[in-house]
Amino acid sequence: MDVQLAKTGPERRRKRLSSGKIWSMITLIPSMILLLIFVYGFIGWTGWVSTTAWNSIIPNFLSVGLKNYQIVFQTFRFQSDIRNMVVFTVLFILICLIVGLCLALLIDQRIKAESFFRSLYLFPMAISAVATGVVWSWLLNPDTGVNLILKAFGLKHVPQWFLSTRIVPGIPGGQIQIGIPIALLAVLIASVWQMSGFAMAVYLAGLRGIPDELKEAAKIDGANAWRTFWSVILPQLKATTTTIIIILTAASLKVFGLIYAMTGPGQDFVTDMPSMNMFQTTYQGDQFAQGAVISIVMLILIALFIIPYLISTLREEE
Amino acid sequence: MLAIRRINRGLLYVLLLLIACFYLIPVYVVLVTSFKTNTEVSLSQMWWLPHQWSLQALGAAWHALGPNFGNSFMLAIPATILASLFGSINGYALSKWKFKGANVVFFLILFGMFIPYQSVLIPLLKVLDLISLYNTIPGLILVHVVYGIPICTLIFRNFYASIPTDIIESAQIDGTGYWGIYRHIILPLSISGFVVAGIWEFTQVWNNFLFAVAVTNPPHQPVTVALVNIAGSQTVQFNEQMASALIASIPTLIVYIFLGKYFVRGLLAGSVKG
Repeated sequence: MDVQLAKTGPERRRKRLSSGKIWSMITLIPSMILLLIFVYGFIGWTGWVSTTAWNSIIPNFLSVGLKNYQIVFQTFRFQSDIRNMVVFTVLFILICLIVGLCLALLIDQRIKAESFFRSLYLFPMAISAVATGVVWSWLLNPDTGVNLILKAFGLKHVPQWFLSTRIVPGIPGGQIQIGIPIALLAVLIASVWQMSGFAMAVYLAGLRGIPDELKEAAKIDGANAWRTFWSVILPQLKATTTTIIIILTAASLKVFGLIYAMTGPGQDFVTDMPSMNMFQTTYQGDQFAQGAVISIVMLILIALFIIPYLISTLREEE
Repeated sequence: MLAIRRINRGLLYVLLLLIACFYLIPVYVVLVTSFKTNTEVSLSQMWWLPHQWSLQALGAAWHALGPNFGNSFMLAIPATILASLFGSINGYALSKWKFKGANVVFFLILFGMFIPYQSVLIPLLKVLDLISLYNTIPGLILVHVVYGIPICTLIFRNFYASIPTDIIESAQIDGTGYWGIYRHIILPLSISGFVVAGIWEFTQVWNNFLFAVAVTNPPHQPVTVALVNIAGSQTVQFNEQMASALIASIPTLIVYIFLGKYFVRGLLAGSVKG
């Protein structure tokens, strides 16, 4: 009896398993169809539009090859976008990493009211980018807000924040001046306020995942807190840091609502971004093919970060 | 030694509180400005408390935003429920019945969560127009359900990965099929998964601006678009602008305050490594 059961058991299970797997595939079909159309099909469609002559209200699907790409890359506005995007992304990620890590380390000190502080530093993430933009555009309005405090401290030349048109150092390159547009710093403050909690939460999860034995061992070896941090804790946070960088890069390359509500493209496009440019070019300028070009460039940039990350994450899992 | 420790602890709390103050600056400004009267709101007295607390600005903001506030609920609730349901059955399929190529399917689904939505916008609006859903709330619901599927699938897949496979294997031996296992075993264990996915999706849909501004015109616009319109208008005073920002943020803030723990779980799941 026993032997027979042992024989039929796995056989029966294998059969059931395969019917389950067929159901599993069937379950996924509706979602896959939707995403194949709405993500991959539409991306292909946009890619095709970007090679046509459709640059007025009336669609014109005459193929012009990569001419739109050539035109867009030579515009003052798009070159400004690329400068702004690079400056913004690099500074945004650097500051978020530093602020997030510091906050996580402070919270990880077995403090009282830990969940209170953690929730407080994270709450801006629950608020929309547009509300954040509206509020910070008032706080950083050069005539009031933060500048009132700076004036109270005796500062004579208060910053113009997002109204500034200065670019530091402003080296001529292409059509534009290369450097850091000062106006972007205002956007940066608002977006760090909103997103640094994300870095904190992920770092905190990372810190909690470091085995206590590692820290104990460092202590026994006579390492002080500083050394323990640099040679034990920080190396353990490498994967966590990568995760944060990837997610924040994807978010930063897409930033739209905040800019739209806070500054718009700005004078001389000092706070313009590809997302903003695409939207206005397509829906206010009716330059559909050129709008498609900008969105395809955005997609390629994000894909360069995301695809290797997703593949390596899924591989690791297996 | 103990004294130094105590001073250090004291400094730590002072630092934590100072940072907390920085994060709360916008909240303070929004609150004090929202309760000022039109005559009292001025550039030079921005930081002052109102002399006389007034509901004038909040009333005016509600008058302007109210209908859009309703639109956002009509949009966010169905979109959240549908995307979570899709996420749940997909997550079940991908975590408990891994067929050959399941990871490729998962990758194809996940990628949809990171794309800049500008890259699908031109065809999207064409197709919505074609099926008569352009400038309608159902159209916007469809958009949010489709683009919400990736994150919801990810959240549920991570969530179901923690349910032991033994339970499913023994149910199979008892003769329970694919959907039986889902209904009688997985679904009853999914409540906190639905809370996590639901909160995340609700917040995302409520706060979304790009789809909202691209797909809808008045009077179908969600609250985020209405807020931007109010803030962009030269004639609206700052107290009403801040009151509008406050009203537009209240639902997600309430959700965050009461269910913040689940919000954080959605946030961490969103970084792929669950």
